[in-house]
Amino acid sequence: MPYTTPLVDIDGLSQSFGDRRVLRDLRVSLPPGIHALLGPNGAGKTTLINILSTLIRPDAGRARVLGLDVHADRARLRRKIALTGQYAAVDEALSGMENLDMMGQLFGLSRSAARRRGGLLLDQFGLTASKSAKVSTYSGGMRRKLDIAVSLIAEPELIFLDEPTTGLDTRSRQALWDEIHRLADHGTSVFLTTQYLDEAEALAEQILVLDDGRIVAEGTADELKELVGGATIQLHDGSGHLRAEHATDGSAADVSRTLAELAAQYPDLAVTVRKPSMDEVFLQLTGQPTEGAAS
Amino acid sequence: MTATATRPATDPAAPVTAGTGFLTSLRVFSVRSLKKSFRDGESMLMAILLPVLLMLIFTFIMGGAIDVGGGGGREAYLAYVMPAVVLTAAGFGASYTAVVVSQDVATGFMNRLRTMPFPSVTVLLGHTVSSMARNLIATAVVFLVGFAVGFRTEATVGQLLAAVGLILLWILAITVIFALLGLVAGSPESANGYGFILLFLPYVSSGFAPVDTMPGWLQPFAEHQPMTPVIDAARALMNGQDPGADPWVAVAWCLGFMAIAIWLIAVVFPRKTAR
Ligand SMILES: Nc1ncnc2c1ncn2[C@@H]1O[C@H](COP(=O)(O)OP(=O)(O)O)[C@@H](O)[C@H]1O
Ligand SMILES: [Mg+2]
Repeated sequence: MPYTTPLVDIDGLSQSFGDRRVLRDLRVSLPPGIHALLGPNGAGKTTLINILSTLIRPDAGRARVLGLDVHADRARLRRKIALTGQYAAVDEALSGMENLDMMGQLFGLSRSAARRRGGLLLDQFGLTASKSAKVSTYSGGMRRKLDIAVSLIAEPELIFLDEPTTGLDTRSRQALWDEIHRLADHGTSVFLTTQYLDEAEALAEQILVLDDGRIVAEGTADELKELVGGATIQLHDGSGHLRAEHATDGSAADVSRTLAELAAQYPDLAVTVRKPSMDEVFLQLTGQPTEGAAS
Repeated sequence: MTATATRPATDPAAPVTAGTGFLTSLRVFSVRSLKKSFRDGESMLMAILLPVLLMLIFTFIMGGAIDVGGGGGREAYLAYVMPAVVLTAAGFGASYTAVVVSQDVATGFMNRLRTMPFPSVTVLLGHTVSSMARNLIATAVVFLVGFAVGFRTEATVGQLLAAVGLILLWILAITVIFALLGLVAGSPESANGYGFILLFLPYVSSGFAPVDTMPGWLQPFAEHQPMTPVIDAARALMNGQDPGADPWVAVAWCLGFMAIAIWLIAVVFPRKTAR
């Protein structure tokens, strides 16, 4: 059954705080799936998440999520979404299971259903051993997992994740990525924000690049790379030193023609084709490097 | 994950979560807030220790020195000072509400609740319920210590209940004010600071010493500040005397504070998002 309604449909959306314009005339339509909003600190990512998750009412423009207006239809929309904010919003004084139990009941599950589903989620996220321990004893990675588990307790159609892996070590990060992929396999859509290019590339079907409140690019990782420039052809000598570099426009025809020419011209040099890295893409689109360079 | 089949994410027939109503969420949050307070050993200890210490200090150290009339001496002062000790301890107990509310804002917990399908203001009511429970314990401690060190009264049960009722109404009013302060405080630390104001206010009332023994410039404030009618009324009632109009003045103050604080919460709460 094909979908007819976009997951997120934004038209002319703007938001200001005082005289600071934080989002400027955004226009986007996304199908169900995993999408990443990529941008540096202060770009407006959290503000957009807050609008889409019904927390703040936009000053101008229209935003529909799952076909529902984020302000007019907020009561209905709140039954279909879950927000996992930028910082883990779990109760430190309660145990992992108590957090899930509490939130499950608030979403409308019966106490027994909340506990049953809470148990499954704790298991899935590898937290079963700590389910009765107070969250204040959890590590950062465990807290984040619990935080996401809480959002999943009532099986939302769409989950918002604001910088889910910021501050996590590499192992917890990979574990979370696996969970996010698993969500998609179960038909849950994900709208996440990140400052990390590799994260956007690893997780998202569509990437929106947000810079200073504007969407400066949109597409798959490959499309973004193409947008910025074609592949570069590099020529190395026998000891691996770069001897020459030739840019192409990225089209298959241009790449193969240039390759043939170069091979004839420098028969004794090794030829390699290099696509731009996401870091280069980002630098070119926004004019600034991100912290995402570390991977 | 449960075994739900993969479905298109925007299928209109997809199941939605039921959400919950006022009473269920109030129950869930009351349980949560009570667990939080009773597990915070430090704040529970203070809630019990502070009234005990205040009672002992005012009975044995100050009791012989302050003449409040009525025969003088320790017993007369005990009968005089008990309501003020309850209100001082309650000010402390209620100020904890500002801290927990502001933690809920700062951690983003409140943000998450506000995207969920239930009346999210019940989270504040849950904290109010637990504040009342903590302060009820503190009030009971004051009365127990009072009886143990010699407090006797000829008041009827009705008068005692009226005295406790007035005290609880005051505690409810300041709890609501502290909930508001917790919402507008920049951080849990600064929310904690507000508690000190109410810790000192009772000393500038008729609570620990008669107003006419204070310096002239202080008397108008001490006489008319809201704690004075609450304390005077509670004291008269628990000692079996006629409180006159004081209970009604006290009730008016409490309801007035609550009305203003609730109105401000209604304005601030829907707009409050963590940064
Ligand atoms: N409630 C607010 N009031 C005033 N300014 C805000 C508020 N929320 C965010 N901002 C400002 O808006 C800009 C974008 O913030 P944010 O959406 O948090 O960006 P990001 O999540 O991409 O780091 C920042 O300059 C921030 O200071
Ligand atoms: Mg942010």
